[in-house]
Amino acid sequence: MTPKMVAVRAGMRRGVIEIRQTLTNGADLSNYLFFPVLILIGMFFLRGVSVPGSNFSLSSATMPSVLGMQIAFGGLIGIAIALITEREDGTLLRAKAVPNGMLGYLIGKILLFSGMSLISLAIILVPSALLFDGLQLGSPGAWLTLAWVLVLGLVATMPMGAIFGSLFSNPSYLGLVMVPFMGLAAISGIFYPITSFPGWLQGIAQLFPIYWLGLGMRSALLPGSLVSVEIGDSWRHLETLGVLGLWAVVGLVLAPWVLRRMARRESGSSVAERRERAMQRVH
Amino acid sequence: MVVMSELGRMCRSAGGMGDDTVIEVRGLRMRYGSVDVLKSVEFCARRGEVLALLGPNGAGKTTTIEILEGFRMRSAGEVGVLGVDPARGDEAWRARLGVVLQSWRDHGKWRVRELLDNLGRYYAPYSTSERRRPYEAGELMKMVGLEEHAGKKISSLSGGQRRRLDVAIGIVGRPELLFLDEPTAGFDPHARREFHDLVHRLSDLEDTTILLTTHDLDEAEKLADRILILAGGSIIADGSADALSQRMSTSAEVKWTRDGQRFVHAPTDATRFVRELFAQYGDDISDLEVRRASLEDAYMSLVQQFESGRRGSAAREFEEVAG
Repeated sequence: MTPKMVAVRAGMRRGVIEIRQTLTNGADLSNYLFFPVLILIGMFFLRGVSVPGSNFSLSSATMPSVLGMQIAFGGLIGIAIALITEREDGTLLRAKAVPNGMLGYLIGKILLFSGMSLISLAIILVPSALLFDGLQLGSPGAWLTLAWVLVLGLVATMPMGAIFGSLFSNPSYLGLVMVPFMGLAAISGIFYPITSFPGWLQGIAQLFPIYWLGLGMRSALLPGSLVSVEIGDSWRHLETLGVLGLWAVVGLVLAPWVLRRMARRESGSSVAERRERAMQRVH
Repeated sequence: MVVMSELGRMCRSAGGMGDDTVIEVRGLRMRYGSVDVLKSVEFCARRGEVLALLGPNGAGKTTTIEILEGFRMRSAGEVGVLGVDPARGDEAWRARLGVVLQSWRDHGKWRVRELLDNLGRYYAPYSTSERRRPYEAGELMKMVGLEEHAGKKISSLSGGQRRRLDVAIGIVGRPELLFLDEPTAGFDPHARREFHDLVHRLSDLEDTTILLTTHDLDEAEKLADRILILAGGSIIADGSADALSQRMSTSAEVKWTRDGQRFVHAPTDATRFVRELFAQYGDDISDLEVRRASLEDAYMSLVQQFESGRRGSAAREFEEVAG
């Protein structure tokens, strides 16, 4: 086996170990559960309300969009946070000191965040199926669509998340990523149909992956009749493929370069400096 | 080319064969903005040698080590580490190095054995018949005294245990050359003794070349075959602890009692002084003590001399020591 293949396998092992850690650790478990529980409780109380103009439950109509948002959040914010904190605490420098360690580290992170996305998805989807009516979980077509939207969504968001994580060296700048994300989520048709927003706002939302991930998930899990509240009365699979694909390509082209540039600057003294800064934040 | 051959001569004249040279540094300069942190650093290390890099805070010890590790680009000069320029070292080169990093809170959720095993895997393709890579996690934990903590979460280790883990991670790939930046900061005396034994074991049994920085002169004296003193951007002294203390501080301290009175004197030639003392007073002398200048005295006087601007004389004395 070539050294690169060995590193890929060691990285996969790293990913599996870290996924297991998220499942055996109180803080991580509550991270998994906090948002889904909140949203499920909210939707539970809204379960009697129907989507305007139909008798379809608003809760059922919202859950697929929430899944889409969750995928985007894990890919963009989760991986950015991981890179920023693990750069600060020296995890990245350790990887750099090991032959092909950065490769293994990245493989591990990709696996970890893919795994976490799947777990979060299940945490929302399983109770939704039990609590709310109307989700199309029985058809193989639904699962197929869900699968390709999920995979494409991860490939479109994770490299971008890695780029954000490389650009900011200080965890206090995380707000710079979080605030726009929340703003985008608000205009991306997650909680309100996007067609109720003015055209220019719809235009902005359609530039980013959150909208398309929400749309893709809705197309997988909602009955065909609900397509009437979407732009152009269509699930627009081709467009979804195009926009998410474009994000994936741009991310995959830029990320290795940005990551390499960031990694090159890591040394014992840069970690020590950040440690000093972090200590000052605490005291 | 002339420069390299001179360097080769310099390394050989230090007592070994040119082929054994593991580190060679010549004219190394590091400039931040308009400040030269390193002006012209020169030294070399032969296989199996333990080198201690000493110097006042801010002298550039860490910068020097990071350049050699390939983690920092230099401004000028020639550097060879295991025959490769660290600025262009590839992964196969990286596999032959060990770097002991000062950890803080990384891998807190990992268990000790898990992490050592995972990091070791990357080295396996670089195993050779002379150097089996990596160390097996169990063997490694025994070497650094962490075997009882194999299944513990790293976040639950004490400061001293974490530092031992740092050392274990640094040597997991059975390195030919090991860098240690302030390795024993935060060790209790017992852990420090064990660490010293480990360093001796690595250099004697594994033929590992070791470059360490330390503030602890006692430690440098115990561990290092050769001590380099870095001040003002260059190496101002290079020699064994013995050679340094013998030659740098010319005076030893002689104390004695005569007629119930205590005397102290610092002669240039202590042996001759004592002989003359006995010749003159014979049995009247009691409680004789002769204390040779310690490495600490030598270090202090060197750095002081240097800092008071008498760089020329410090350099001359350095030549004496080296020659």
